[in-house]
Amino acid sequence: MSDALADTVAADAATAAAATAAAPAAELPRTFEEFNEQRRQSFLKVKDFKQAGGRLVGYLCSYTPLEVIDAAGASAVGLCGTSDEVIPAAEEVLPANLCPLIKSTYGFAYSQKCPFTHFSDLIVGETTCDGKKKMYELLGELKPTHILHLPQGRSRAHEREGWYQEVLGLKEALERTYGIQITDDDLREAARLRNRLRRATLALFELQRSEPPAMSGVELMSTMFAGTFNFDVRAYVESLERLYEERCAAPAAGAPAAKRILITGCPVGGVIGKVGATIERNGGVVVCEDDCGGERTNRFMVDEDAPDILRAIADRYLKINCSVMTPNDDRFAATREMIEKYHVDGVIECVLTACHTFNVEAVRMERAVEEAGVPYMKVETDYSSGDLGQLETRIAAFIETL
Amino acid sequence: MGSGEKNAGAASTRAATAAGPAACTAAASGPAATAAAAPAGPAGRAGVGVDVGSTATKVAVVDAYGELVYTALMPTGYSSVDAAARARECLEAAGFSPDRSGVRVVATGYGRVAVPFADKVVTEITCHGRGAARLFGGQGTVVDVGGQDTKVIRLRGGRVIKFVMNDKCAAGTGRFLEVMADRLGVGHDELSELARAGEPIKISSMCTVFAESEVISLVGRGEPRESIARGVVESVVGRVATLAGSAGGAAPYFLTGGLCDNAYVVERLSATLGAPVTTCPEARYAGAIGAALAALDLG
Repeated sequence: MSDALADTVAADAATAAAATAAAPAAELPRTFEEFNEQRRQSFLKVKDFKQAGGRLVGYLCSYTPLEVIDAAGASAVGLCGTSDEVIPAAEEVLPANLCPLIKSTYGFAYSQKCPFTHFSDLIVGETTCDGKKKMYELLGELKPTHILHLPQGRSRAHEREGWYQEVLGLKEALERTYGIQITDDDLREAARLRNRLRRATLALFELQRSEPPAMSGVELMSTMFAGTFNFDVRAYVESLERLYEERCAAPAAGAPAAKRILITGCPVGGVIGKVGATIERNGGVVVCEDDCGGERTNRFMVDEDAPDILRAIADRYLKINCSVMTPNDDRFAATREMIEKYHVDGVIECVLTACHTFNVEAVRMERAVEEAGVPYMKVETDYSSGDLGQLETRIAAFIETL
Repeated sequence: MGSGEKNAGAASTRAATAAGPAACTAAASGPAATAAAAPAGPAGRAGVGVDVGSTATKVAVVDAYGELVYTALMPTGYSSVDAAARARECLEAAGFSPDRSGVRVVATGYGRVAVPFADKVVTEITCHGRGAARLFGGQGTVVDVGGQDTKVIRLRGGRVIKFVMNDKCAAGTGRFLEVMADRLGVGHDELSELARAGEPIKISSMCTVFAESEVISLVGRGEPRESIARGVVESVVGRVATLAGSAGGAAPYFLTGGLCDNAYVVERLSATLGAPVTTCPEARYAGAIGAALAALDLG
């Protein structure tokens, strides 16, 4: 282990020990602070997990076909960087004018500050946006990296076939890495469990349909984001299902008079505290998180009973509506559906600095939302605290106009 | 530039270097002065708006009928807390103490949270929209060129329906003009007088820091000061017009904020937008007036 990593783990051990004493049960995080705390604790667990022979595969995007990783008996862990802590380190190599998620992800690998990255046997990436795919070439110098070539669209037959071949290639790469055979039965079982996870996730999202919503959006976002660093899918599904039961029994906790906001755009994991909390501090409540971790992605199920299960898995992932696809009209349709379903008062699009695909697609999203008669505002931000004041003014002003 | 001198508040600020009660001046022009004598003046209900901007702090008071009865303007200086304290002194001196029953206070502007005597905090977007609707009517596009940001606010039926802000860089803000005026060794107002006599030179840098270097090279090349000044004004006006376009702005346009008494900027902005731009001396107080009206709503 590198010195930097040793330091991080040692420092985290103290905090984690203190936290464990206070709350022994591994519950789902309810606040952003708890979420951060749990993530630190799982940093410690990952070392034990590896020493006990556990297989760990890092992934970086919702296009990664997780069933294939599950079927290899490996735990999939999300490595998307969500903190600006390692961005100065990343900028020693990468240009400054790049999306914070890319810089942060690379920065964690480069500075060896993320145990998940460090202990991953393999990192799986896709050719999504330009910044990511070129960064993966550099990441590949630090860690074994397998890149899936994601097509830029899904309407042409060769694009679907090409993607299937890529998913097959990932299966073979994992078989080589671990010296195993992945069977169709393994894949089908993984698909059943992942579908169950998707249904549990959707059930929790749908609690926000009530007026007032069941909970604060920051709570829901923090809880969901915890899924990216849970090694045991089954245990995570069960905890989500328990949370759903508890929540159904509990009175609604969302602010009653608050304006109902849908957040769309880039992955918001790194700005939960910045954008999400600012919305909820200024008279709004996030009722729908319409990013790649949200309903628009989770509602696609794998056809568990398909004769060719690997193809069914590949087909499911290609449906995901990310702005890297062209055309991407289904994303606008999905957002308009969510606006109705969650009785949304206003839409805030969150674009991470230098994310060209979402930033340009925002022009069409704005039209789609305004045609539905709902106010729309785009904010462009990163993981730093430099624009907190301006962001607060914009978000508060937007909510005042609703 | 003549309209600016009529505005007692603005004029007194320029004279007062150490801001204090010296900056407290009742609005001396237009309907405000008549309203001050109305029965609902200092003795009755009043709405107070305090707009703590990055450059200047503006205070406005409306009476129970929503008529503007008092304005004051002072530099914000280093501390928005101190600026708020000075605003309070002005209000007390004018008989609108925030402690008096019937007086309600709304704070706005970037320093809005630093006003301890405010009953409520409302963002400057809402306040500028409301203040402009009051001054110019509720239909149109408000352009507010502030010290640290520029806003374009679309109004329909007196309500804000859309806004865009340039709040990440100083391009197209009052700060850009200030920096360039300093670099050319002239005052704010002199800059526009110079510009009027110049041939436009293109200043291509959007970033204030880079644009300053560009101006230095132009000076070094021996370009006439008038032409550089013209280039500076055109740069700000062009940037503001682009922002207005991105908000889907449409005529009529209203200019609020610190540049409202700058006739040349108004003229150039109107030419660039291809539509008339209306302003008035009170437009400097649009945010504070909107806040004062919001304060009256608090009852």
